[in-house]
Amino acid sequence: MRARVFEAGLWVAATSVVAFLLLPVVAIFARVPLSDLVSQLSSEVVRDALRVTVKTNVVALAFVLVLGTPTAYLIATRSFRGRALVLTLIELPLVLPPAVAGIGLLAAFGRLGLLGGTLDFFGLRVGLGTQAAVVLAVMFVAGPFYVRPAIAAFEAVDPTLLGAARTLGAGPGRTFFRVALPLAAGGLGAGAALAFARGLGEFGATIMFAGSLQGVTQTLSLAIYQEFDLDFDSALAISALLVLVSGILLLSVKLILGWRSTYTSLIPFARSPSTSS
Amino acid sequence: MALDVHIAHPLRAFALDVELSVGALTLALVGPSGAGKTSVLRAIAGLLRPTSGSVVVDGETWLDTTGNVDLAPERRRVGLVFQEFALFPHLTVRRNVGFAGRARVTELLERFRIEHLADARPGELSGGERQRVALARALARDPAVLLLDEPLSALDAFTRAQVRSELRELLRDLGLPALLVTHDFEDAAALADRVGVLVDGRVLQTAPPSDLLAAPADAFVASFTGANLLRGVASAGPAGLTAVALDAGFTVYTADEGRGSVSVAVYPWEVAVARDAPNDSAVNHVRAPIVSLVRLGNRVRAKIGPITAELTAQSVDRLGLKEGEVVVASFKATGTRLLPAP
Repeated sequence: MRARVFEAGLWVAATSVVAFLLLPVVAIFARVPLSDLVSQLSSEVVRDALRVTVKTNVVALAFVLVLGTPTAYLIATRSFRGRALVLTLIELPLVLPPAVAGIGLLAAFGRLGLLGGTLDFFGLRVGLGTQAAVVLAVMFVAGPFYVRPAIAAFEAVDPTLLGAARTLGAGPGRTFFRVALPLAAGGLGAGAALAFARGLGEFGATIMFAGSLQGVTQTLSLAIYQEFDLDFDSALAISALLVLVSGILLLSVKLILGWRSTYTSLIPFARSPSTSS
Repeated sequence: MALDVHIAHPLRAFALDVELSVGALTLALVGPSGAGKTSVLRAIAGLLRPTSGSVVVDGETWLDTTGNVDLAPERRRVGLVFQEFALFPHLTVRRNVGFAGRARVTELLERFRIEHLADARPGELSGGERQRVALARALARDPAVLLLDEPLSALDAFTRAQVRSELRELLRDLGLPALLVTHDFEDAAALADRVGVLVDGRVLQTAPPSDLLAAPADAFVASFTGANLLRGVASAGPAGLTAVALDAGFTVYTADEGRGSVSVAVYPWEVAVARDAPNDSAVNHVRAPIVSLVRLGNRVRAKIGPITAELTAQSVDRLGLKEGEVVVASFKATGTRLLPAP
């Protein structure tokens, strides 16, 4: 009897959690019929925001991949003094309130910030009203969403395989590109999708650091905030769009990870041995 | 062709201190798990930098900590076959073998009879096939030395016997200095020309396998080569023999000289088993119940009191031996070795 009550309790809790998380998403689509979605999304505000979002996020993701991948590989494969500290610093943006991140970025890279003078000297203007600021905000907030799984993905690569590559004549660089990178690809792809999803939704740091200037720094998330006062249906439509994109990204993460786990399984009996081919 | 190695390196529980010289033959380092065997191979391959030591191959210095020479692994002409083979799971057999260089791939695939697997991935191969791929891949680099880490331990018992003879032939044919490490003396004896017993980071004895059996340097070596070790106290016995009062309560006689605390080594295949004490030349008769009978193919290992005997399955069936029955294990005084107690 008690066991049954307990079991029921578990199911009640889980059902309410799922319902609570699902309801807002359902509500968005309940308010916006799919037929209206397209027309709502063709307004100039939305088109500008979409353009800004895609452009800044693609650039930010490129930077995150190019800088984050070697960083993750270093952390995953080397032990050095202060490694734990570096790991913690990389995770910091995950817990930092986005508004704080925005202020911090402003204080560092803004015109009057720490590096503002230096950047000015090189003719670079970062800060309020620049797309560079949006890119930096997205990189700062979304970067850890890539780097953390990337570290895990590189750590999961059997170090023996890296050693094997070396004894077969491959230098560290070739070992990275021919062995570590392909074997970590699944985890890296999943991390990239997560980071991209987080970046698309970036709001707090962007509005503090870059502002909300239509066609320049106003991303979809910022447009929702603006439209919320002016045209609620339009805000709903953008939200619906972002729900769809996020859903697709989440699904691709699941698919990539599922694919990876069957792919990298080295366990002999994971696949039936079929020899002749 | 020669490989000269001296490696000193602290490990967790002890310090590794190994000096080896291998000509164009196969040396096996045999020892218990954690004796530092793999570290020796890693140091030679350049995957581990020992605190001090040197590695010289054919007069070319790969490592010399005093002269500050330390070639990167990719610059050492070494073929290392890893314990679990470490094949690249994302590459086909052909690409695995060709990782070090495409030139000899076809020849090697043929030589190891794996052409038909060229497009398969390692995940689809059996243990024996994987090993052939690993060997082909290691040889594709045209190595100056071949290093094998537990080459048979990842294989099942059936494949193992087959691979053992193939591998022996290969090592003979290659004519390269080869160093293999294993925890199994039988594997070492089957594959190598010389066997070194490595315990706690030190090589206790290096000799051809038959010499190790005939004259083990100490109790460790004897137990590693598979001998029964019976501890006891030695004193003068009749007719110039040495009597050893075993801790287990029996007294045995040996032709070796010795006094005080000792171990008597006797190999399982020197022990005969009968229902009654036979009237033969063996002076040692131990009457005890059969503790266990373990069949290994056509052989049976019988534990009789403190002594393990190796019998043919045929003899066991003929005598109708069963666990728990009291039998007599006998062996000659000349079939024993007296060693200082460890």
